[in-house]
Amino acid sequence: MQQLSCSVHPKNTWHRVWVYVKAHPWLYLMMIPGLIYLLIFNYVPMYGVVIAFQKFNFVKGISGSKWIGLQNFRELFQSEQFLRVFRNSIEFSLQRLMWSFPMPILFALLLNEVRHAGYKKLVQTVVYIPHFISWVVVASLVINLLQPTRQGAVNTLLGFFGVEPANYLTSPRHFRGIVIAAEIWKTAGWGTIVYLSALTQVDPQIYEAAYIDGANRLQLMFRITLPSIMSTISVMLILRLGSLMNNGFEQIYLLYSPLVYEVADVFETYTYRIGIQGGRYSYSTAVGLFQSVVGFILIISSNYVSRKLGESSLF
Amino acid sequence: MKRKFSIGDFGIYALLALVAAIMLYPLLNVVAVSLSSENGYANHPLMIFPHDFDASSYRWILTHHLILSSYKNTLLITVGGTMISMFLTATLAYPLSVLDLKGRRIFMSLIVFTMFFNGGMIPNYYLVRSLDMIDSLWALMIPGALSVYNMILMKNSFEGIPASLKESAYIDGATDLNIFVRVVLPLSGPILATLTLFYAVGKWNSYFNGILYIRSRENWTLQLVLRELVSQTETLLNDNTDIAAIPAQSVKYAVIVVAILPIMCVYPFIQRFFVKGVMVGAVKG
Repeated sequence: MQQLSCSVHPKNTWHRVWVYVKAHPWLYLMMIPGLIYLLIFNYVPMYGVVIAFQKFNFVKGISGSKWIGLQNFRELFQSEQFLRVFRNSIEFSLQRLMWSFPMPILFALLLNEVRHAGYKKLVQTVVYIPHFISWVVVASLVINLLQPTRQGAVNTLLGFFGVEPANYLTSPRHFRGIVIAAEIWKTAGWGTIVYLSALTQVDPQIYEAAYIDGANRLQLMFRITLPSIMSTISVMLILRLGSLMNNGFEQIYLLYSPLVYEVADVFETYTYRIGIQGGRYSYSTAVGLFQSVVGFILIISSNYVSRKLGESSLF
Repeated sequence: MKRKFSIGDFGIYALLALVAAIMLYPLLNVVAVSLSSENGYANHPLMIFPHDFDASSYRWILTHHLILSSYKNTLLITVGGTMISMFLTATLAYPLSVLDLKGRRIFMSLIVFTMFFNGGMIPNYYLVRSLDMIDSLWALMIPGALSVYNMILMKNSFEGIPASLKESAYIDGATDLNIFVRVVLPLSGPILATLTLFYAVGKWNSYFNGILYIRSRENWTLQLVLRELVSQTETLLNDNTDIAAIPAQSVKYAVIVVAILPIMCVYPFIQRFFVKGVMVGAVKG
C-alpha cells in the first residue's frame, strides 16, 4: 500500500487532494453507493466474526451475548469431526485441482490446433454451455445418470460389461470422483477462454519460422504454444492454491448424503449443517473463521511465492 | 502456414467432437425425456429423440401454482438483482478507472481485500437477519450484489477507452457524470453485455442464498422447486392435483428444460461479447 505522496509536505498533499476533489466531485459521489455496499455487506460481517468468541444467540445479539474467549476454538481442535472436515477439505481440494485444473489447458491446446474457424467456433459454443447451467440442474442430471437401476445411463453402460447395478453416489470410494467429473463437465469448457485469449497474443510468425525449420506438431505445441501460456497458467494456479480451503457448497451439498460424510464433508457443508441447521452459531462461526484465516494466509503466500519466482502475481 | 489435413488433424477433430458430444448428451436426453410418455422413458431411458411423444408434462407444470410462482420470483430477482448489481458495479468501476483519481490505491486495496477475506456464513446470515430480509426476495437480490471481480473487469475495460475522448468532453465543460453517461457507457457495450449476462445467470441459477434465507414456499425460486422435485417428487406432486397419472420423470425433466431455456436463448447473442469482455481483464490479473 503506497502513500499518496512521500516527498511533499503533508499539508501540501492534503491541499492538492482537496483541490482535486473539488474539481471532480462526481467521481467521489459516484463511489458512495458501492463503498457503502461493501462496508455493510463485506466489512460488517468481518466484524461479525466476534461471534466465534461468544456464546451467541440471535435474540441477545452481539452486544448482549456472553463472551467466552477461545472456548469454541479449544472445542474445535479437539473435535474428531472438525479434523475430518479439515482433512477432507484439503484432500478433496487437491484432488479437484489435480484433475480439473489441467483440463481447460488440454482443451485449449487442442482447440488451438483446429484451423477450420467454423469448426472451432462450433466446438467452443458447445463446450461453454455447461457453465451456464446451475448446480441444481447438474446435480439432478448426475443423480439421474447414476440411478442404481437399469434406467441410469452409467449402470446401463456398465451392464454391457456384466457389472451389477450399484448406487455409486452413496459409495465413499466413488463419491469424490463423481463430483470431480461433474465439475469438469461444468467448468472445463469455460476455463479454456482465458488460455485461448492468451494464445491470441502469440505472433503467428513464430510458428511459421519453427515450421520452416522443420519442427513437427508436437514440438510446436510444447516449445511454442505451452510456454506462451505459462504465465497465464501460473496466475490461474495461484488463484486455485489460494482457494485450497474452499470446495464450493452447492456441488457437494446437492450430491452428498450421510453415507459419504467421511469423504465428502467439507468446511462449507459442515458450517451449514451445524450452524444454520443445527443452531450452534458460535461454534460454526469459529469453524468459518478458521477457514477464512487459513485461506487468507494461503492466498497471500502463494502470491508471494509466485512473485519471488518471477512469475506474474495478482497484486 | 498451409498444411494438408493430416491424421493428427483428424484425431484432434474427432477428439473435440467427442468432448462436444459429452457436453451435449445430457441436455439432449433431458429435452427428449421431457417430451416422452412415462412408457417411452421406461423403454428408452437413454434416448436423445423423444419416444412415444407426449407433451403433457409441460401442460402439467404450466398449471402448477408452485412452479408458476417460483418462475415469477426467479424472473423478478434476476431482473431486479441484475439491475442493482450493474448499477453498483459501474458506478464504482468508473471512478477507479480514472488513473489520477486521488486516493485510488487506498480505495482499491480496501475493495480488493474483500476478495480475500470474508466473515463467513453465520455473520452474513446474522447481518441479513438484522436487516430484516429473511424470507424476502430482497435477500436474493442484495447480498452478493457487487462482485469485486466483475468490478475489476469493468474497470479494466473502462481504462481502455482513449483518454482523448474524455478530455475533449471535459474541455467542453462536461462533468465527470456527463462523461460517464455520454462517453464511457456508450463505448462499453461488450463489457456491459457480458457482465449483465454473468450477473443474470448468477441470480437465475443461485440456490444457496435461497436455502439460507427463504422460508415460505411462495417465495421459492425455480432452483429450489427443482431441487425439491428431484429429491422428493411424490410429496410435491400430491399437494396439487386432480390430474391422474403424472409422468414423474418427464415432469422433472420438463422443469429442467424451462429452467435452462431462457439462458440458452440469450446465450448465442451475447457469446461474441463475453469472449472479448472476459479477455480484457482476465489475463491482466
